[in-house]
Amino acid sequence: MTAWGVTGLTVERGGHVSLADVSVSVDPGEIVAVVGGDGAGKTTLLRTLAGAIRPTEGEVSAPSLERIGFMPTAAGVWRDLSVDENIAFVAAAHGLSGSVLEERRAALLRGAGLEGATTRLARNLSGGMRQKLAFSLAMLHRPELLILDEPSTGVDPVSRVDLWRMVSLAASQGAAVVMATTYLDEAERAHRVLVLNGGAVLLDGTPAEVLDGVPGHVVAADAPGEPARTWRRGRRYRVWSPDDPPAGVARVADIEDAVVAAAIAKGD
Amino acid sequence: MKAMILKEFRELRRDRRTMAMLIILPIVLLTIFGYAANFTVDSIPTRVIGPGAEQVAANAPDLFDIGEVDTDATTDDALTWMQDNDTEVVIDTTTQPPTAYIDGASLFTAQSASAAFGRMGDQVQVDILYNPDLDTSWVMVPALIGLILTFIGTIITSIGLVKERQTGTLEQLAVMPLKPADVIVGKIAPYFLLASFDMLVVTLLGVWIFDVPFNGNPWLFALGAGIFLFVVLGLGVLISTASQTQAQAIQLAIMMLLPQILLSGFIFPLDAMPTAIAAIGRCLPLTYFVEIAQGIFLRGAGIEALWLPYVVLTGMALFVFTAAVLRFRRDLAPSAHHRAKAKAA
Repeated sequence: MTAWGVTGLTVERGGHVSLADVSVSVDPGEIVAVVGGDGAGKTTLLRTLAGAIRPTEGEVSAPSLERIGFMPTAAGVWRDLSVDENIAFVAAAHGLSGSVLEERRAALLRGAGLEGATTRLARNLSGGMRQKLAFSLAMLHRPELLILDEPSTGVDPVSRVDLWRMVSLAASQGAAVVMATTYLDEAERAHRVLVLNGGAVLLDGTPAEVLDGVPGHVVAADAPGEPARTWRRGRRYRVWSPDDPPAGVARVADIEDAVVAAAIAKGD
Repeated sequence: MKAMILKEFRELRRDRRTMAMLIILPIVLLTIFGYAANFTVDSIPTRVIGPGAEQVAANAPDLFDIGEVDTDATTDDALTWMQDNDTEVVIDTTTQPPTAYIDGASLFTAQSASAAFGRMGDQVQVDILYNPDLDTSWVMVPALIGLILTFIGTIITSIGLVKERQTGTLEQLAVMPLKPADVIVGKIAPYFLLASFDMLVVTLLGVWIFDVPFNGNPWLFALGAGIFLFVVLGLGVLISTASQTQAQAIQLAIMMLLPQILLSGFIFPLDAMPTAIAAIGRCLPLTYFVEIAQGIFLRGAGIEALWLPYVVLTGMALFVFTAAVLRFRRDLAPSAHHRAKAKAA
């Protein structure tokens, strides 16, 4: 079993450091969620892992392109081709044909709920359907490493559930999955979570390790505390404290609190 | 409103291409157009042959630039020179009165020469070759084929390629197991085939609708058109590599198209332009395609007469296409690096 990933990765583009000394690895059958705010370096990390960006420093360990599935942020489907034509093009690029192609095509279309839309142009699909088609294209050749850049951004809740089911299925079939996401509930379902902030690693580990790795602790409050350490969540407030929590009390309730608290702690 | 104007100026300042079109292009167009837009030919390359050649050459009007006086040459020699486009006019003194052969494929030159001989009365009989009625469409249609191919090659190809970048699928192609050569050839081949089809249709329509004669070898013409297509498709690819959006690609393509329309010699004769402006025209691929097309259509010229434009166009095709492929390949290069690393591993 080979683990894929990056070690000590630094990427500089146009004099700007997009990633600084980032390391992450993903085993076959594992899902690693990459989270972080805008400009955190999620897309740069994924594109470097996919081979679309050359690293400035560090090592990239990835299979050959024939064994990588990549779904870029902009969906990566050919909008003037139909669903079937998109699949046919990607299949040809990967040398898939005959009964193998038919079997995979049918399974993916069924999983994506696109069986009734095979002749529709990709440009006429809804956002969710287009994302699911892009995922199907990335999965068509059963890649060893599946790289997904925010596959569920802008997708309706039902399609998000479908997409997550497809991602889980891919992992259960042995693919190593690295996915960037802005939905932290998705990150909680991943095997491991990498939190990036300004191109550097903020937190890294299983969801439980990430929750436990936050410095200090967060409490829910009805009134705001110190402005620099307070944020609103729903109808209530969250206040971060650099002190360890009382015995038996969790540092944070979930990944969302963990990400915000870690970012505050870093700047504190 | 002040904020809006300020915002617009700030945006314009950072949009260098639009600024270039707004400020530099009008100046360049005015200068070049002013010099190039000249239908009056002041000097016509002329040869005089036959026993009375020296006397006729001495008395010829200043308009005729007498380059060679050959008392031994024959009428057949004169006709060969004309077909090979070695000169625009030959005055043949082996006949009485002398005969002036004029190249009708060079429309404005032929009109000037014809008018000058007309003023000489019966002293010279005029024989306009290849386009006896000095029909404008006979000269324009072969050249227009080149212009249409230029339009398809640069604008349509660059738009098609930039679309791949604009919709993000170029990134997808870069990480698919496709060789850069497969991507490049796969992207360009459809445009090459469609442009070839267009060339065939326009040629047939030109001959059919405008009665333009096709006196030369169609295969030689197809070869010239094919080489020319490589040049213009290469320009289209080059434009696409320097553009992020289809609007930018169209802007750049227009900047490349305009000089070809004005300076390739198919509207304004190169002979009537100042040397420096004509030299710019001599750097443009359409200039050489126009020479080839008019030569084959009207004069029935062969490769021995047209080898120079063929060689120049081939050189341009190699240069432009190589540069285009290298730049396009650069967009796909990181994956090639990745592939090499993976293989090494």
